[in-house]
This record gives sequence, C-alpha cells and structure tokens, in this order.
Amino acid sequence: MSYTEKELKKELDNKSYEFGFVTDIESDKAPIGLNEDIVKLISSKKKEPQWLLNYRLKAFQIWKTMKEPDWAHVKYTKPDFQNISYYSAPKKKKELQSLDEVDPELLKTMEKLGISIEEQKKLSGVAVDFVMDSVSVATSFKDKLGELGIVFCSFSEAVQNHPELIKKYMGTVVPYTDNYYAALNSAVFSDGSFCYIPKGVRCPMELSTYFRINESGTGQFERTLLIADESSYVSYLEGCTAPSRDENQLHAAVVELIALDKAEIKYSTVQNWYPGDKNGKGGVYNFVTKRGICGYRSKISWTQVETGSAVTWKYPSCILKGDYSIGEFYSVAVTNNFQQADTGTKMIHIGKNTKSTIISKGISAGKSQNSYRGLVKIGKGAKNSRNFSQCDSLLMTDQCGAHTYPYIECENPTATVEHEATTSKIGEEQLFYCMQRGISEEKAISLIVNGYAKEVLNKLPMEFAVEAQKLLEISLEGSVG
Amino acid sequence: MSDTLIEIKDLKCRIDNQNILQGLNLKINKGEVHAIMGPNGSGKSTLSSVLAGNDNYEITKGSITFLGEDITEMSPEERSWKGMFLAFQYPVEIPGVSNINFLRTALNERNKYFGIDSIPAKDFLKMVAEKSMLVGLDNKLKNRSVNEGFSGGEKKRNEIFQMAMLNPKLAILDETDSGLDIDALKIVANGVNKLKSSENATVVITHYQRLLDYIVPDFVHVLHEGKIIKTGDKSLALELEKKGYDWLKTDTAI
Repeated sequence: MSYTEKELKKELDNKSYEFGFVTDIESDKAPIGLNEDIVKLISSKKKEPQWLLNYRLKAFQIWKTMKEPDWAHVKYTKPDFQNISYYSAPKKKKELQSLDEVDPELLKTMEKLGISIEEQKKLSGVAVDFVMDSVSVATSFKDKLGELGIVFCSFSEAVQNHPELIKKYMGTVVPYTDNYYAALNSAVFSDGSFCYIPKGVRCPMELSTYFRINESGTGQFERTLLIADESSYVSYLEGCTAPSRDENQLHAAVVELIALDKAEIKYSTVQNWYPGDKNGKGGVYNFVTKRGICGYRSKISWTQVETGSAVTWKYPSCILKGDYSIGEFYSVAVTNNFQQADTGTKMIHIGKNTKSTIISKGISAGKSQNSYRGLVKIGKGAKNSRNFSQCDSLLMTDQCGAHTYPYIECENPTATVEHEATTSKIGEEQLFYCMQRGISEEKAISLIVNGYAKEVLNKLPMEFAVEAQKLLEISLEGSVG
Repeated sequence: MSDTLIEIKDLKCRIDNQNILQGLNLKINKGEVHAIMGPNGSGKSTLSSVLAGNDNYEITKGSITFLGEDITEMSPEERSWKGMFLAFQYPVEIPGVSNINFLRTALNERNKYFGIDSIPAKDFLKMVAEKSMLVGLDNKLKNRSVNEGFSGGEKKRNEIFQMAMLNPKLAILDETDSGLDIDALKIVANGVNKLKSSENATVVITHYQRLLDYIVPDFVHVLHEGKIIKTGDKSLALELEKKGYDWLKTDTAI
C-alpha cells in the first residue's frame, strides 16, 4: 500500500469523510421493527438449526427485560429499536461460486474502500472477508488457508459447515445475558466472521474483515468468533466504514476471542464509521462488546485505532483465566467536532502469574468528549499478577473534554498494579518550533499526533499502520484552536 | 545584488497590550556576525521570536525586509524556507517523533516549496552523518525523539545540528550559551563558526561576553527597553562585562 504526499494532499483538500459513498445495490431487507417474528425470519433466512433459533429467542426474551446502559460519559438520543430494519443483505440471485459472480457494484464498493479483492489476491499477504450491511459477501484465500486446516469464513457459513464449533464456543465469552447490546446482537445478528486456527498452526497471513453499513434505516449486528486452538497464532484485522447519512445508524457487534493453551491472538481494529457532520448530525452509534478469554500461557492483544462513529461505547477485554496468560490493550481514540467516545478495557486476572498491559491514547478535538474507562480486576487466586496501565490524553482545543475512569479491584496481596496518566494540550510552542523549521501547521499537527500515538500505531500490522496514520491526519484536519 | 541580508526598520510590537519592541532598527549584511546584548526584559528574545514570525506578538509599526522582500506578515514556515533559522533558547520536546524524521520532514517541506524532489534517503543519511560530526552529536540522539530526555547541553547541540542540516542564510542563536558548560560551549561555538560563510550571517543573543570569545562578532548591539541604544565592536562586550548596563541606561537619559 504505497502512499505518496501527493495523495495525502489530495485527501486533505477533500477533507470530508471519504468513505461517504452509497452503493446502489438491490438489497433484501427485513420489515422495520423488532419482535419474535423478525428474529424467526432472520433465522430462517439463514437456514439455521433449531438450537440457534432457540438461542436467539432466549436472548430476545432477556433483552426485552433489560435497560439500555446509561453509565457511560456520552449523551445521545436513544435509538428507536422499532424503527430499524434488522436484516439487510445485498440481494443474491444464486449462491456465489467464485468472485466473478459477485455483483460488480459490490466489487466497485470494495475498490473504493481500497480493498480490491482481485488485487489483494495477487499481492497476497492478507485474506479478506467483506461484510456489507449484515451479510458476508466474499472471502478471499479460502483455499490456501484451507490447506492448513484454517477456517476463515462468514459466520453463516460456519453455522452450516462447522456447527459443532459454533455450538461449543458461541456465547461462552460474551453470553447473551452480558449486557443490553450483547443481548440484542445475540437475538438479531445476521452475519459476521468466523475463524478457527487448528492446533499448532501459525496463520501465515493477516486475516482481515471489512465491515460496511450501506443501506439506510438499518442496523448492523455482526458477530465475530475467533478460536485459536492450542499453540496456534493468528493476527486479525477489522476495518469499518459507512456512508454519510443524516440519520444515526446503529452498529452493535459482538466479538468473542478464544485463545486456548499457549495460543496467541492479535486483534487489530481500524474503526472509521461515519462520525456525523461538523454540527453533530448523523453518524454511527457504535456499541460493541468485545472480549477474549485466555488459556494457560496464552496471549490476547487488542489494538484499536478509533477515529469514526458519533458515539462509541466499547471495551475490548481479556479474561486471563489460564496461569501465565497475557492480555494487552493498545488504543488510540480520536474524537473531533461533536463525537463522543467512551472506550477502554477490562483486564480480569483469574489465573496465577497473569500479566496485562494497557496503553490508551485519547486525542480530543473540536467540541468532542473522549473518555477512557478501564477495569483492572485481580481475583483472589491471581497470585503474582501484574498490570501496567498508562492513559494519556491530548487536547487540541479548549472546548473539548478528556476524562479518565480507571477502576482497580485487587483481591490478592501479591499482585502489582500500576497506573500512570497524563493530560496535555497540543503546545503552541511545539507547533511554532515545527513551523520555524519549515513544517507547516497541518503537517506539524500530524507529526505531533502521530508521535504521540506511536506506541500504539507500532503495534498495528505494517500494512495498516500507514492507513491508520492517514486516518489520524484526516480526522484532525484543521482542529487546533 | 546588494549585500543586505535583513533590514529591520522602526519595528514596534506588543503582546498582551504590553509594548516590547519600541522602534528597533537593525541592518545585517552577508558575512557578518552581530551580537545582541542587554539586561533582562530588554526585548532580546522577543526580537528573535518576531523575526521568526511568532504571531503571538502583534507588530504595530515598522517592517522587516529579508533578502529584499518584505516578510513582516509572512508565516514562520515560509520564512524558514527562505533561509531564516532560530536556535531556540528552550528547545521544545516532541515525543514519539524521531530527530531524523523531523528533519527529513522539514527538508522535504522546503523542497516541496521550491518544487524540488524529496531528498533520497541515502543522500539524507549521508548528510546527517556529515553534519552531526560537525557538532559532535551523539549518534543515538539522532534516532531519539526530538529533544525528549536530552540534557540541556544535548538540546543546544541538537539545535546547531538542525541548523547545519537546514543551512540557513540567517541564523539567530537565542541564548544558546545558557546552560552550557565550557566544553559544550566550545563545541557549539565551533559548529557555528564552521557554518559561517560570506553568504550567510549570524545573530548571537547572549548575556555573557564569554560566548563572544568563541564566536567573534563584527558588531555588538545593546538592547534596552525595546531599542538599540548602543552599537560597537567586540570591545563593547568586554566593557559591558566590566561595567554592567547601568552606565548606558543613564547615557540615554541624558
């Protein structure tokens, strides 16, 4: 992915949300509203087995008794759940046998997103699963991965082809009783990604899923289930975009990671949902539950670059169940204009000698509000556990807010928990220093911000680090005040 | 072509409604070294900031002409591209941005302005090796974040290293000697001397005559209450060292 300064300039000239296009594809959309019949409709569209329908229905029952959480430091008009269509699929005329049969409009969309699958195929290196609205439409590299016994496909396919794995693991990390949005997702999820890495296999390429909301009046409820069997390794990346629309679109996803003994999962997210316009109109509500569980000596590492969405509510977490397991969370969250983000992580130490690291970098601009919320919990049995947390906030204007809510619960006296936090304002002196050396203000901001976020950006797979840097730059265009 | 590099005419400026420069005149020709001395609060650092284009200061009167062009309203980066360099009294830290990346960005931004291609990595690194020798900059500092965790002496040395990389026409050294021990002072002064040519000029702002033993000025100006009240040669600095500034202040009162 080469990227020249000329391209950057072009993008900066054209500073509006660049993924704001709408693809004109005929779609198969469920009627508006939510009730048991809709849940049944989704399940039957997907030709799901009875046990999965039962799971959905139980989740729906629980959801009806739950209340939308209001503890996060965000303000927004609650979505009208009866005014959303819960299922939208690009219309298929028949089963797709190969990429050539994919709707050309859809391929164009992918190209606009910079993920031309054709090209990816040639370049090799990254396998892509593409989820549009609610349905996974194309997965590349399936054969190559198949040779190693790796399963990488849409969630629906996995339900058909690997029901035993789904049945065994789905809902074990994020049960449908977990929270309001997880329950909603469990009832109405339409697709998502599934990945299984067999014992001892090191996945030779980055696995990547692109999510896109296209239809208006729809919500996106996808599920990702990633199982890394004993002593395996996988690096997985998800990217998200949506068209610019005046209305608020709802995205409520569930991601479950299972790292069995000695396995390692590296999960990276570049989230660029439509953030709403300059006046705070429109934008995606991003309410996501992400959690992983670690077995003996296994490791889960979350890296996220969050630049999009009007409201973000998201806490990728690790349950460190196995002894000597490791959890990591690296996050850069940028908010501009009227965006609000309440994001962080939970590190639950259960096993002995477990270790977790949290590095969170918040960047607030415009009139936005950016909160870090994290929990470090050391259980009774978590002897000699260690945590290190560092939460930094960078303020770009005097009208934005940065907030830190670190919670620490420690029940074992042999544990070590460290927390460091800083807040700084982008310095006029820093800017002047750069400008004196001949670096223009915009370039200086991007240099300073990227420097500030470097610790986290360095954790991203190479191919995506450049994209993430570019996103930071575009998101903060003209934001110093 | 005239030899005048920069000409400041009747310059007045203020910040927060406080007048700082109050009618300053100064002309500097190519190949010259000027020292500006003066008591605390006389406006020395303000002068360097204003010349570099810091817009916290409001220019209320007068003009600055650089290489025949009026730059009074010009942005700091454009002044830099045209050959103005300020070695900061307090160099700023930029965490996470390596010294090398910082300078490469600066050079490429300038090249872009002049429509020149970006400097190839190989040439750039060769230049870095050459110029860092000049100021004896520790190799590891080049890859560290700009000024982050540098000692006072390292920061000042880094300023001169940047100056060597950017090769300015006019270099303003704002109290570059403050916080330096005698060995570091010699190294820094030595670097500055090596960069001197008949095509560029240096302005040395200092409190102490000590630095002027190593960077020998052609002219010494005394700044007081935002004006140059006396100009002389090197011997003026020696005289100031002995007598302080009070005798000059009374001089002007007469």
